[in-house]
Amino acid sequence: MGRKLLLEHINEPGIQTFDVYRQKGGYRAVEKALKNMSPDDVVEEVKKSGLRGRGGAGFPTGMKWSFLAKPEGVSRYLVCNGDESEPGTFKDRYLMTHIPHALIEGMIVSSYALGTNTSYIYVRGEMMPQIRILERAIAETKAAGLLGKNILGTGYDLEIYVQPGGGAYICGEETALLESLEGKRGNPRIKPPFPAVAGLWGCPTVVNNVESIASVVPIINDGGEEYAKIGIERSTGTKLISAGGNVKNPGVYEIELGVPVEEFIYSDEYCGGIANGKRLKALVAGGSSVPILPANLICKTINSDARLMTYESLADGGFQTGTMMGSGGFIVFDEDQCIVRNTWNFTRFYHHESCGQCSPCREGTGWMEKVLYKIEHGQGTIADIDLLWDIQRKIEGNTICPLGDAAAWPVAAAIRHFRDEFEWHVLHSGESQSRNYGLAHYADPIKPVMQ
Amino acid sequence: MAEEVVKFKVTIDGIPVEVDPGTTILNAARQIGGDIVPPAMCYYSKLEGTGGKCRTCLVKVSKGSEKDPRPMPKLVASCRTTVMDGMEVQNITSPDVVEARKGVVEMLLINHPLDCPVCDQAGECKLQDLGYEHGNEGTRYEFERRTFERIDIGDKIQLHMNRCILCYRCVYVANQLTEEREHGVLNRGDHSEISTFIEKALDHDFVGNVIDVCPVGALTDKTFRFKNRVWFTKPVDAHRNCPTCAGKVTLWYKGDEVLRVTGRKDEYGEVEDFICNTCRFETKHTSDWTLEEPTPVDHESVIGANHYLAFNPPSVIHENKKLQLANEEQLARTERLK
Repeated sequence: MGRKLLLEHINEPGIQTFDVYRQKGGYRAVEKALKNMSPDDVVEEVKKSGLRGRGGAGFPTGMKWSFLAKPEGVSRYLVCNGDESEPGTFKDRYLMTHIPHALIEGMIVSSYALGTNTSYIYVRGEMMPQIRILERAIAETKAAGLLGKNILGTGYDLEIYVQPGGGAYICGEETALLESLEGKRGNPRIKPPFPAVAGLWGCPTVVNNVESIASVVPIINDGGEEYAKIGIERSTGTKLISAGGNVKNPGVYEIELGVPVEEFIYSDEYCGGIANGKRLKALVAGGSSVPILPANLICKTINSDARLMTYESLADGGFQTGTMMGSGGFIVFDEDQCIVRNTWNFTRFYHHESCGQCSPCREGTGWMEKVLYKIEHGQGTIADIDLLWDIQRKIEGNTICPLGDAAAWPVAAAIRHFRDEFEWHVLHSGESQSRNYGLAHYADPIKPVMQ
Repeated sequence: MAEEVVKFKVTIDGIPVEVDPGTTILNAARQIGGDIVPPAMCYYSKLEGTGGKCRTCLVKVSKGSEKDPRPMPKLVASCRTTVMDGMEVQNITSPDVVEARKGVVEMLLINHPLDCPVCDQAGECKLQDLGYEHGNEGTRYEFERRTFERIDIGDKIQLHMNRCILCYRCVYVANQLTEEREHGVLNRGDHSEISTFIEKALDHDFVGNVIDVCPVGALTDKTFRFKNRVWFTKPVDAHRNCPTCAGKVTLWYKGDEVLRVTGRKDEYGEVEDFICNTCRFETKHTSDWTLEEPTPVDHESVIGANHYLAFNPPSVIHENKKLQLANEEQLARTERLK
């Protein structure tokens, strides 16, 4: 069994209440940080831990905190990004539902480290129950004197507010989230300036994912160095993975980074293998926006090394033969799934969620969706596949925010790895409407590339 | 003692220029002028906060600055990226930029109705220019284009949302010139729609300027609607004593008749001063105005065809071999027009 840091007491009855959480050693980190550590010590500890942002980009959290501008007389803000809307990712919702105090505790410690007196938790608007849970948790914490004015007699004041989102995927992008939090239309801002310099209401702001903030708690409890011992190289600590798709046991798992992908899919401790005895066809390792991998690149990298659940190993091979850790939305496809249909489905999502601010994404996502619909429904031509490739290339990197990239990457990877399935859809248009392409040769071992 | 003025040295397509710190790449390029100026559909120097949206002004920064010479990983929007000392920028000399811009133009056109033959903006439309310079002859888009109903914004302005490229300029005008926010964007993605909230009429004195800032024919003057093609009209600069605005305008004549009044636009299509609705819509007689001189018109403009300047390529191109090479295609096209 791997170590559990965030979900250690998840099966404890009543862990969502303050009393049980406190009994199980909750809010130790708040006491330790506020009473015995300076804010800079906390930042230093997080830096030592090597914790990387759990929201998708994997940027080191400690470094992000140290970038925060600290001008005199200007308030600073910590914003927790709970706008989890990536298809395939549901880890933050799980955390907020079942163990909300882990987030509140992390918020208090992080706010103290950054010197903020007001912090916000921006939760996706569709997650009303979670918003209620968090508000109840905040009220309980406040009643216990761990939140509000003069926390634990240390003179540190903190208020945490929960803000329901407006129901848009784009509001998970940090600058769009800040716009939305300010009450405006959730359009991403043009960077620079970065939020660390001018964020919420023009003040220095740090935006962190729910899981990153919750992970600060074990880091403070056990020390950054202890946390850094878990995991491999620059991927330290544990990570929540939300496994879905055609696996026997879908759900949220806390893994130590460095678990082999093969073990994660097939071991009974985690996903328990592919459901109904089918064979593995493809994997989206980190939420819908990361490149999809065919079966022969999932468990082994192109150089025949075992692929591990780490930021580096998943990205091994770059965009050619690798993927990304992303936000931990682990979607497994078995041999009965159609990659063209899936790509169309993802693109439909990005078309629906594009904010419409900059041209390549606004027009390009809709165009890709229409071309993919055509191919999926047996009316495509070979030229359409090349067209699709060209459209995604012209979106990628040319947009204000990463949504353009997120829309382009799944299409690019699907065409790169599954081009013959696309071609089969075009050439056998009748047959493609009645049956699937199946596993074909996607699980055949690939020859290592010779330099 | 006057403080020493610090100037940043920037090189754009091999042409050096010294600009004040805080200048954007686009404005630095405009100081050089000529063909190396990136096109801008959404940036408007008179409106704070515009830019960054249309992505036609993308350029490649091949050297970040003297201190940090690393190139920027992605193409950047030149209208919103400020220069650093020693920065080197490639615009038309970079194939990546030309390719990306072509892509953006194609994207801008896929949902555009291309109804230029009946559009009042034809002849002075930025999208036409851009399509002509960078676009392909045909389109690869074979699906139905998005359509909207026409909307009247007040009794003098009409909004053709079909033609809109969502540059947000009019939204900034409404936000910055008028006190109340009544004009904004509804919905998202390619369903986004410029609208006055609940089609509430805007009757502010300066709201007519949304017509001038619109780079395409989405916002048109109803008093000029279908009156004439712009290339049959002759622009003349004029002024009057106006109590609300500076009163400096361009009158568009057909024969003795003033067909329309607009702000005075510079070579990038930006007005000198915003004018009030009275000047724009109400005063359409020569007797209302003091005439100055015929408006100088760009030599490549269809408005200037037949009666203005002859073709004269900008001097920067004359002297620079690299630019000549990069610009060959476009030069060949303009040569044909001579």
